[in-house]
Amino acid sequence: MVAVIKYNAGNIYSVVHALRREDVEPLVTDDKQLVSKADKVIFPGVGEASTTMDYLRKNGLDTLIKGLRQPVLGICLGMQLMCRHSEEGNVDCLGIFDTPIKRFTPVEREKIPHMGWNQLYDLKSGLMKGVKEDSFVYFVHSFYAPLCKETIAKTDYIEPFSASLNKENFYATQFHPEKSGDVGSIILKNFLDL
Amino acid sequence: MLAKRIIPCLDVKDGKTVKGVNFVNFRDAGDPVEMGKQYSEAGADELVFLDITASYEGRKTFVDVVKRVAANVSIPFTVGGGINELSDVDKLLNAGADKVSINSAALRNPQLITDIAKNFGSQVCVVAIDGKEDAPGDWTCYINGGHKPTDKKLFDWAREAQERGAGEILFTSMSHDGVKQGYPNDALLRLHNELSIPVIASGGAGKMEDFKDAFLIGQADAALAASVFHFGEINIKELKSYLKENGITVR
Repeated sequence: MVAVIKYNAGNIYSVVHALRREDVEPLVTDDKQLVSKADKVIFPGVGEASTTMDYLRKNGLDTLIKGLRQPVLGICLGMQLMCRHSEEGNVDCLGIFDTPIKRFTPVEREKIPHMGWNQLYDLKSGLMKGVKEDSFVYFVHSFYAPLCKETIAKTDYIEPFSASLNKENFYATQFHPEKSGDVGSIILKNFLDL
Repeated sequence: MLAKRIIPCLDVKDGKTVKGVNFVNFRDAGDPVEMGKQYSEAGADELVFLDITASYEGRKTFVDVVKRVAANVSIPFTVGGGINELSDVDKLLNAGADKVSINSAALRNPQLITDIAKNFGSQVCVVAIDGKEDAPGDWTCYINGGHKPTDKKLFDWAREAQERGAGEILFTSMSHDGVKQGYPNDALLRLHNELSIPVIASGGAGKMEDFKDAFLIGQADAALAASVFHFGEINIKELKSYLKENGITVR
């Protein structure tokens, strides 16, 4: 059973639909027991970091997520909240990945948010199996995870940064696999096959 | 490299896609969900669904169409029309929309931009602006589907929207929309130079060269069009090959 963590963020149904396109009917829930028992857990997210962290703490979802032992996939804000700290609302996050989340420094001719289709390179780990170097995936974000030892895919906008992270059972993508057409579908399938 | 985006826009009325010629005479162009799916498969980078009658008649955006689109397409899409408060935004995001586009409501109540950015993140908030060029370089913003002028000027309003937290500006030239003579590249370039958020060019595409010009001259981040795609005048795959040949990064 695949659980999608339900919380006060958008994008949850996009993930549900993408999973259905892979013939998986996920359970969307904030029930801690059900999430703990799931074979796979997806932690989606579109939203603002500090508001969302407040919500997770109030509902005890922060300790739940940190303690999960099955494969977990954080997407976009979900990935950022799995990191140590976010400059968005200056908030301490879950600390699963040992990297801060920074705001893009505006430079001339580069827009913020980083929005649209960008390329992946230096791909590692089973999550990226079958994904070709320089494949395009869909990003939309104003904050980013710098390159770190947990980086399993890079992309380049203003500077090279982490498009995807992995540590033990925890996986995360800054881009939206559920919105990245065929390439995104490969990545979701890889996660479901872990 | 970040790719330039090609975005078919589906103007929707009563669950059907329509395309206005200068916003008034509608021609029927089909089922929005089926069209969205086909565009996604044809290589569109993103879709926009605008409930064009919503602000005019005060109707709410139709969540059911959004849900059906979300189930059938694997690329991002934006929904606009009739969004007046945060609860509307919440409903649409939960129905599967990736971004919301606000237009008249933002001009009437600029605080809405601030509130959306604070609650859902800037990247969710597309501020759509309908502008009309009164004199060369002098653009007035319109509300209610282009029916009513405001006292806001395009470049001032675009900057204010950005400062309030807009993630993207979707600029439609009412002077160019539906007449297929190209995008307003001078105004696009000025928006590009004055803003630090992405700009979507909208209104005026008639041939492939118009897209190239919007990207190379207007420096737009994305180009939106409707009838040239809906009526098969431009094929998205061919358009992308053409743009690639002209040195533009596309997916």
